[in-house]
Amino acid sequence: MDDTYDLYKTMLTIRRFEERALQEFATGKLFGTTHAYIGQEADAAGIFSLLGAEDVVWSNHRCHGHFLAYGGDPYRLAAELMGRQTGLVGGRGGSQHIHWKNFYTNGIQGGFTPIAAGVALAEKVKKTGNVCLAFIGDGTLGEGALYESLNLASLWQLPVLYVLEDNRFAQTTPTPSAVAGSMTARFAAFGISTWELESSDVMQVQATARAALQHVRNTHPAALILHTYRFAAHSKGDDTRDKETIAVLRERFDPLQIHASRLSASQTQQAEAEVGTLIQDAFTRALADPFPTLAP
Amino acid sequence: MTTVLESLNAALHAALQADPRVHLLGEDILDPYGGAFKVTRGLSTRFPDRVLSTPISESAIVGMATGMALRGLRPVAELMFGDFVTLAADQLINHAAKFRWMYNDQVRVPLVLRAPMGGRRGYGPTHSQSLEKHFLGVPGLTVLAPNNLTSPGALLQNAIADEDPVLFVEHKLLYLLPVLEGTEDSLRDWQLTLSTPDPYPVVTLRFAGADTASLTLVTYGYNAELAREAALRLAYEHEIFAEIVVFSQLAPFHLAPLYQSLRRTRRLLTVEEGTFSLGWGAEVAARAAQEIPGCKIARVAAQDLPIANSKTLEDGILPSVDSILQAALRP
Repeated sequence: MDDTYDLYKTMLTIRRFEERALQEFATGKLFGTTHAYIGQEADAAGIFSLLGAEDVVWSNHRCHGHFLAYGGDPYRLAAELMGRQTGLVGGRGGSQHIHWKNFYTNGIQGGFTPIAAGVALAEKVKKTGNVCLAFIGDGTLGEGALYESLNLASLWQLPVLYVLEDNRFAQTTPTPSAVAGSMTARFAAFGISTWELESSDVMQVQATARAALQHVRNTHPAALILHTYRFAAHSKGDDTRDKETIAVLRERFDPLQIHASRLSASQTQQAEAEVGTLIQDAFTRALADPFPTLAP
Repeated sequence: MTTVLESLNAALHAALQADPRVHLLGEDILDPYGGAFKVTRGLSTRFPDRVLSTPISESAIVGMATGMALRGLRPVAELMFGDFVTLAADQLINHAAKFRWMYNDQVRVPLVLRAPMGGRRGYGPTHSQSLEKHFLGVPGLTVLAPNNLTSPGALLQNAIADEDPVLFVEHKLLYLLPVLEGTEDSLRDWQLTLSTPDPYPVVTLRFAGADTASLTLVTYGYNAELAREAALRLAYEHEIFAEIVVFSQLAPFHLAPLYQSLRRTRRLLTVEEGTFSLGWGAEVAARAAQEIPGCKIARVAAQDLPIANSKTLEDGILPSVDSILQAALRP
């Protein structure tokens, strides 16, 4: 099946959702914080195009792209970001703490990595054939819980895929200032097979992820290291990086531009129109929804 | 006679036997060793696929248990020493305990984390503590402590049946004590009232055939033994009669049976082995002060010091029958 268009539409949905969310912060309709996925869309679109409905996903603070690629409703996500009763978790979690079907996120770096291993163990025990994905970042490599879970995932041969999205900055700290040694060697040291890709091309991400996932479906842990670029700030406006450098990166590594070359002009226009309506509806509906009240 | 250790071990056997979802995980819990305190003895032989020996990774043990619980299993995890619960604090506070509420009641996390706590065995500063106070008041986390007045095994089985996460605090000195429930001889001085039906019962001990009590001792776990001995001495040596209220659920705080006793005695003495400041007793005292105006309140706890290795120092740091007596006799 040719999913060229669907991959583009998924990436565009993420891009437009995140842009709108950042915009709504400026208008004061969103409060708290948000972590935009702009620039990394190829990772989510490529990987989630390969998942089954019962596979389990653990994501992190930068989870909107994963959620939307998972098939999540932008309206429920927008409502959650705006603290509405109709949000994914009724306004209790907000941007970083959502749950829907087999998709979970939490805002503690590395904290869910052993939980993902536990999920994988449960699926293995139940013989469901489902796998568990855990999305971490370069910043997560500083957390000890990750290494405990890598050790156990390998010892017990658990069907868990650790997806490491290296967007080269942990908040404001460049990766070379925070990560010693080698990323791949970290996984190799635990005997975990690792796939690595330096690309913002969704087709390449998909191909690499397919290989890694095949390994996991044979009940082995695996790691997928994706070197990517974050074009937006860590959260709302806290970008200390050089604007010109980011602009150049955006010119060269925008996953939407890279993939658009495979589509016709009418297809990209169609996607813009569909996604535009979807996002507009999502935020309009969410904005009209009531705020939750605390049970007495 | 059944010891607390045998009661807990039998409960784990029964839980694994009754429910294929139950899994055990922890360090060195396999036979022939059977766990540092032998609570898991015999289980790996009988249920080899469901008793999992882990590396020394407390954070991952609790994290794995959380993932298993989220996806339909019933994990019971063991910390070798309760002191190591600090290594899993993030998993308990920011993960297991939070998920149900944070995800808008769409998930449950039925896990039990067993934690042998307490001193008096000369294990020194990092293997003797009662750290449970740091986990009281964590939203979503139930903290339990068995005693030997009622069945510890029944308490553990009820914890395993609980849909929400439980920190199950076992005082090490309890393990070899007999379970007194149903052995009237050992409790012949006492009239025992249970809060029933209650999966986590509160025991109220009243002196059999005595005058009206003028003091309520409230405690949990092994320290109920100290409270009982202190109460006997208060009665025989000083003609002061005390009631003892022993909780098995430390958090959330449901103190109704204590208030009932305090309405009779109007004088409260809390007894615990954790450090004095901001402890279980402090919260109990604050609530009692609000609920029972005019109630006199005092607390006995460990000194705010690390627990020393040397017995003479350890004895001075931890509460004792004597320190309970002193506090009770203070005007």
